[in-house]
Amino acid sequence: MTSLGHYLILSAILFAIGTAGVFMRRNLITILLSIEIMLNAVNLTFVAFGRHHGAVDGQIIVAFVMTVAAAEAAVGLAIIVALYRHRESLNPDAFTSLKW
Amino acid sequence: MLSLIPLFPLIGFVVNAAIGRRLPKAVSGGLASLAMLASFAVSAMLVWQLAGMAPDQRVIEQTVYTWIVSGEYGIDMMFRLDTLSAVMILVVTGIGFLIHVYSTAYMHEEVDGEYARYFSYLNLFASFMLVLVLGANLVVMFVGWEGVGLCSYLLIGFWFRKKSASDAGKKAFVVNRIGDYAFILGMLLVATHDRILSFDFQRIAAAVGPMPTETTFGVLSLATLLMFIGATGKSAQIPLYVWLPDAMEGPTPVSALIHAATMVTAGVYMIGRNAVLFSHTPDTLMIVAGIGAATALMAGTIGLVQNDIKRVLAYSTVSQLGLMFLAMGVGAFGAGIFHLYTHAFFKALLFLGSGAVIHALHGEQDIRNMGGLKKYLPITYWTFLIGSLAIAGVPLLAGFFSKDEILFETFHRGHALLWVVGALTSLLTATYMFRLVFLTFHGAPTAPAGSHRHDSGSHRHDSGSHQDVHLHDAPPAMAAALIVLAVGSVAAGYIGIPHALGGHNLIGEWLAPAFMAPGEAVVAHEADAALELSLMGVSSAIAFIGIGLAAFLWLKRRDIVEGLAQRFAGVYRLLLNKYYVDEVYDAAVVQPVRVISQEGLWRGFDVKVIDGAVNGTATFVARSAWMLRRLQTGSVRAYAGSVFIGVVLILGYYLWR
Repeated sequence: MTSLGHYLILSAILFAIGTAGVFMRRNLITILLSIEIMLNAVNLTFVAFGRHHGAVDGQIIVAFVMTVAAAEAAVGLAIIVALYRHRESLNPDAFTSLKW
Repeated sequence: MLSLIPLFPLIGFVVNAAIGRRLPKAVSGGLASLAMLASFAVSAMLVWQLAGMAPDQRVIEQTVYTWIVSGEYGIDMMFRLDTLSAVMILVVTGIGFLIHVYSTAYMHEEVDGEYARYFSYLNLFASFMLVLVLGANLVVMFVGWEGVGLCSYLLIGFWFRKKSASDAGKKAFVVNRIGDYAFILGMLLVATHDRILSFDFQRIAAAVGPMPTETTFGVLSLATLLMFIGATGKSAQIPLYVWLPDAMEGPTPVSALIHAATMVTAGVYMIGRNAVLFSHTPDTLMIVAGIGAATALMAGTIGLVQNDIKRVLAYSTVSQLGLMFLAMGVGAFGAGIFHLYTHAFFKALLFLGSGAVIHALHGEQDIRNMGGLKKYLPITYWTFLIGSLAIAGVPLLAGFFSKDEILFETFHRGHALLWVVGALTSLLTATYMFRLVFLTFHGAPTAPAGSHRHDSGSHRHDSGSHQDVHLHDAPPAMAAALIVLAVGSVAAGYIGIPHALGGHNLIGEWLAPAFMAPGEAVVAHEADAALELSLMGVSSAIAFIGIGLAAFLWLKRRDIVEGLAQRFAGVYRLLLNKYYVDEVYDAAVVQPVRVISQEGLWRGFDVKVIDGAVNGTATFVARSAWMLRRLQTGSVRAYAGSVFIGVVLILGYYLWR
């Protein structure tokens, strides 16, 4: 029998993986994927809590998050394409000109 | 009705100020003069109405609106015509009108815009002056008081492109401010006195009337002294007289109107207006009389050696104002106002006459370069002569009656020393006035008029010596004003023929109720005809001696004058340099203020403290921003890292607190 704790631990592991991906990978697309993992870790928490409390709210929020994530992915990928055309690179460290 | 009197000139001001530059000269000058004429007509009508009332009820009031309300206390914008202000409005509007007419010719060389500016100022001045004399309480009076000061500044500096003129304007304004400050304090002391509590002149008089006379120097004495300091500023008395001679930088009709006939008499009027109050403070009155006598004598001696025709007249004005204050100070309020009234005629005449001379000589003001003008400028000469005779106190002319009244009252009230000073001043007056007449109009032309030209700004004609240019006498508008004023200088005294000469001293009786607390009975004046007649003889003799002395020294034996000037070179230089008062003030007041302002307030406080605080704030923000902006690397991963660390820290805080 999986308890709420199991779901939360899995969620934390997924979130940590996503965070590590964001900080460690040198590829924008991978970073975007890592962000998706973080989002889904959070989604998992919502659903788990919703089920634990017998409420539907968690699932509703997840529906929203997935919608926003889909839009975000579209916009994010479009930006990445534009950046690539601009600099011929996907390394985030190449894009530091937006500063003082 | 009453408010129309200051309203007409105000309308003239608004029109000339707004659209004057597009109007031809005839229209703007005519409009201004017409405004004065209308004002004069209304004044004359109201004074006529006033004269028809019972002697102790001669008051016409008009409340225009309530100006300030504070709880149950209120100050009304209120005008009041009584016997005293009746004299003043007739002088201001009547002589004002003549001077406006004169100005239309005198200023004709100005371009249209300047011409209209001149008349707008002149009208504004008249309006404020009428507010001053008609104001029924101290606050309304003060509005006029400040307004005429402003107009005086504007008109002295009318030719503001000339440095000396704009400096003179500023000097007049600043010196007047010193007096005005004291005046405000005095005004507030009176109004906050727990037994007066009012700014209204009638209520002040009613409240002060039953109070005992202040034998020791008390609150009321302080209040009246402060008000008198205000008067010394406005009326050019020691120690604040220094602005008036410099004020001669303004156009000559302005000198005639503002700095001889009307504005400078405001201080005398103010004391007359508060006669009941001043009567209760004998200490202040003694100071007033002393200052008046000292000023009269000092200015008279300076007038004796000055070489600028207008400056001689300016010092003469200061001296005559001193005599008026002497009269006020000994409690002879009627005599002071009478002299104010006659002085307005002959001093305006003398100034306008000097203006005609300057006009004819295209800006020459130095009497050493004049002479023999008698046959070129007959109208100017004869009117100027009448004015000089009147001011010298020759019997049967205006100045004789009023000056005599002052001297008699001074002696009669037991101030023998002050009488001597007054008599000496009369002698000086007669002498320096006829020195002026003889040097200007008699004798031979002494030097080419063009050699030392004091360009008064408007007269920029090229002129050689005055033989080879056409010397024209006063044009009709100027001549008319001169003649009317000359008639006035002869006739104006006849409303005050003393009892000793079989007259009734009409003006004294007319004015008397204005100097009394309401309900107080006019005390019959016990006349000492023998004394008065003998004093009259003395002062007539003094007048003739003075004239004779001037004739002897400056017509017959000019060498004696030069010998005297050489033998007493020190005294001569002292007088020529006006007792070095300007220099003393400069060293004692102007320079310290300058140094403190420049080194202390400007370079010290302003630059170091105020600018330092402002610049310091800016520098601090700039420096800290310079350090903080290092954090903005542009690297997205660094931002993400800081967000992550921040979230961890916040969560950690909530988990482990």
